[in-house]
Amino acid sequence: MTAPAGRHSYLDEPHGVAAWLLTRDHKRIAMLYLISITVFFALGGFFATLVRLELLTPQGDLLTPDLYNKAFTLHGIIMIFFFLVPAVPATLGNFFIPIMCGTKDLAFPRINLLSWYLYIIGGLMALAVVAMGGVDTGWTFYTPYSTHASATMVTLAAMAAFVAGFSSILTGFNFIVTVHRMRAPGLTWFRLPLFVWAHYATSLVMILGTPVVAITLVLVAAERTLGLGIFDPKLGGDPVLFQHLFWFYSHPAVYIMILPGMGVISEMVAAMSRKQVFGYSFVAFSSLAIAILGFLVWGHHLFMSSQSIYAGLVFSIITMLVAVPSAVKTFNWTATMYKGSISWESPTYWIIGFMGLFLIGGLTGLFLATMGLDVHLTDTYFVVAHFHYIMVGGNVMAFLGGLHFYWPKMTGRKYPETLGKVSAVLVFVGFNLTFFPQFVLGYMGMPRRYHAYPAEWQVLNVLSTGGAGILGIGYTLLFGYFVWSLFKGEVAERNPWGATGLEWQIPSPPPTFNFEQDPVVTEPAYNYKPRREVTVG
Amino acid sequence: MANAHDTTLAHGAVEAHGHDQAHAHHPKLQHHFYSMEQQLEASILGMWIFLVTEIMFFGGLFLAYIVYRTMYPEAWIAGSNHLNTYMGGGNTLVLICSSLTMVLAVRAAQVGSRTGQIVNLILTILFGSTFLVVKFFEYAEKFEHHLVPGPNFDPALPGPEQIFFALYFIMTGIHALHMVVGIGIMLVILRMAWKGTFTPEYYGPIEVSGLYWHFVDIVWIFLFPLLYLLGFHLGH
Repeated sequence: MTAPAGRHSYLDEPHGVAAWLLTRDHKRIAMLYLISITVFFALGGFFATLVRLELLTPQGDLLTPDLYNKAFTLHGIIMIFFFLVPAVPATLGNFFIPIMCGTKDLAFPRINLLSWYLYIIGGLMALAVVAMGGVDTGWTFYTPYSTHASATMVTLAAMAAFVAGFSSILTGFNFIVTVHRMRAPGLTWFRLPLFVWAHYATSLVMILGTPVVAITLVLVAAERTLGLGIFDPKLGGDPVLFQHLFWFYSHPAVYIMILPGMGVISEMVAAMSRKQVFGYSFVAFSSLAIAILGFLVWGHHLFMSSQSIYAGLVFSIITMLVAVPSAVKTFNWTATMYKGSISWESPTYWIIGFMGLFLIGGLTGLFLATMGLDVHLTDTYFVVAHFHYIMVGGNVMAFLGGLHFYWPKMTGRKYPETLGKVSAVLVFVGFNLTFFPQFVLGYMGMPRRYHAYPAEWQVLNVLSTGGAGILGIGYTLLFGYFVWSLFKGEVAERNPWGATGLEWQIPSPPPTFNFEQDPVVTEPAYNYKPRREVTVG
Repeated sequence: MANAHDTTLAHGAVEAHGHDQAHAHHPKLQHHFYSMEQQLEASILGMWIFLVTEIMFFGGLFLAYIVYRTMYPEAWIAGSNHLNTYMGGGNTLVLICSSLTMVLAVRAAQVGSRTGQIVNLILTILFGSTFLVVKFFEYAEKFEHHLVPGPNFDPALPGPEQIFFALYFIMTGIHALHMVVGIGIMLVILRMAWKGTFTPEYYGPIEVSGLYWHFVDIVWIFLFPLLYLLGFHLGH
């Protein structure tokens, strides 16, 4: 990877592999993360491919039931812990939060590097799980199956998630201290870009939720290896306690996977519409509201797990409340685009794709929050489709959109604009074709995690697998032109979108210490002037 | 080290950019901070946030404790009465003393007394080690009496009591692990203090390590009554 000749950026000095592997530069660490999560995305995608190919026919003919269990479990564990959770914060967040805060680096650069190494160690443990025969508990590690019945690599898989969890804690920890203590002169809280607000809210979830799942996974490992039976029904232990502890993190973790994406979209919507984000403070506080409410809804995963019906009612109502701040964001983005000077460049395609998919994912969440309906839909493909719409339709769309938006800044190169639009359309169409049929299948009662199904559901499953193929082509295409652009892409100027914000005032790619002069902020974020011509440079 | 963030190189960059020159840069000021105050505030806030994650980490265990204590009060009383309150109480006293010497060490750094730091840090390490030695004998006693969960657990005792001891070992075990890490940190801090690293202008590392030490003590302050004194409180 080389920067355009004649410029000195973070990419080209100091040279050498050791300088990259021991770097404390947040931008280089972001790039290390970007490369690593791409590898795990491909691996998780491989297991998804196995699952979809198996479901092409009603009979279980490609994989044995045991192998199928392992395929969907590894798909879940790898995609969630090693791709979705770090996807936006550890790459775009790591790269841009210090720049948006007007500082040279995160508060603790060495801890930032440690976070990447923990991620790699956790990732290698996950690869060891794959090599040593896999794991079949589902990514949720439910007891007592995980502690007493499963004969697969549960302990190692749980410890891989544990280590990756600490890498996520350290990222969140660094962001919070940076936002509190490192802001440039004049950069008040309400002048911060909404990207920073979203990451701040995400970081709160990371530091408050992740430790709980960490100790829970330790308990599972201790029960398997040392016989300390905390959840063992034979001793009077309660397996449902595991579910409470697990979902106390893992539901908020869903917001770790979507909030940063929302932050990215806020930046992109304002820049591509050339307009101040409508209701800045509402969008900012809605991030915090989602983070806080997110901690109060974990019980909606236990409607069918012997939870008290009164607890279920409360969880049901609070879950519906999450729709309010989510809708605030969606409405405000739409209102930002309304009467804006929308430029139809590739980031805009990703924004609109995100909004459409997030809308469907969010509204179907309300169906599932309704306790009575959830009795019918629990553990069906409806749930699978719902959370893929949020996590893949929402977050991956926002992540990839963000990559298109920030690629010129991060690498100093431009990708082929037309292909950027083509891949956005391919991903959008492929995604809908993959997952919309799953809503129907789930509503008809097809349970998740089975490798065979009745013949009358085959048409919808074939559509879904075909859609996954289109999705795969879209991802491969964009991977191809991003890599191509590193070597052959047109050299990017400072501010290709004519956007406001500190990150667009520094060279592309940024110099090692980000700013030529220490910045002083004098105006609010998104101070777009109502005009069509854009001064570039 | 061939790294752009090497301190000297970073300083060149900062000064070349016409950074605030009003006060000379302290050699311990890292390149990405404006001032020593900002650096100290960042590290203290960082430690507090780390401690929040620690609270949540232990929080999961305390939740399990509360749930099972409510479900099985009798087993909890019986389990508590199997613990050695004198050893636990003595250890509580030892840890409170270590917190005092820790505070005195931080104070010594702030007023610039090298001897005060060294004496108090050594005392802190000694108190911490005493705690671990006592804990070792307690654990050994549990092994002898078949109170360690697993296949060797006394079959005469009810299942929930085994859960009590599982929680006892995990909670005190993770706490002891934090003590070991704490003693390791204190050895590093002692070496720094020995070299005269800390001054009234630069005492961040000792202050931040002190916060961690106090946190580990406070966890014990909660564990002691919840595990050892419960039997006195509820039973007999």
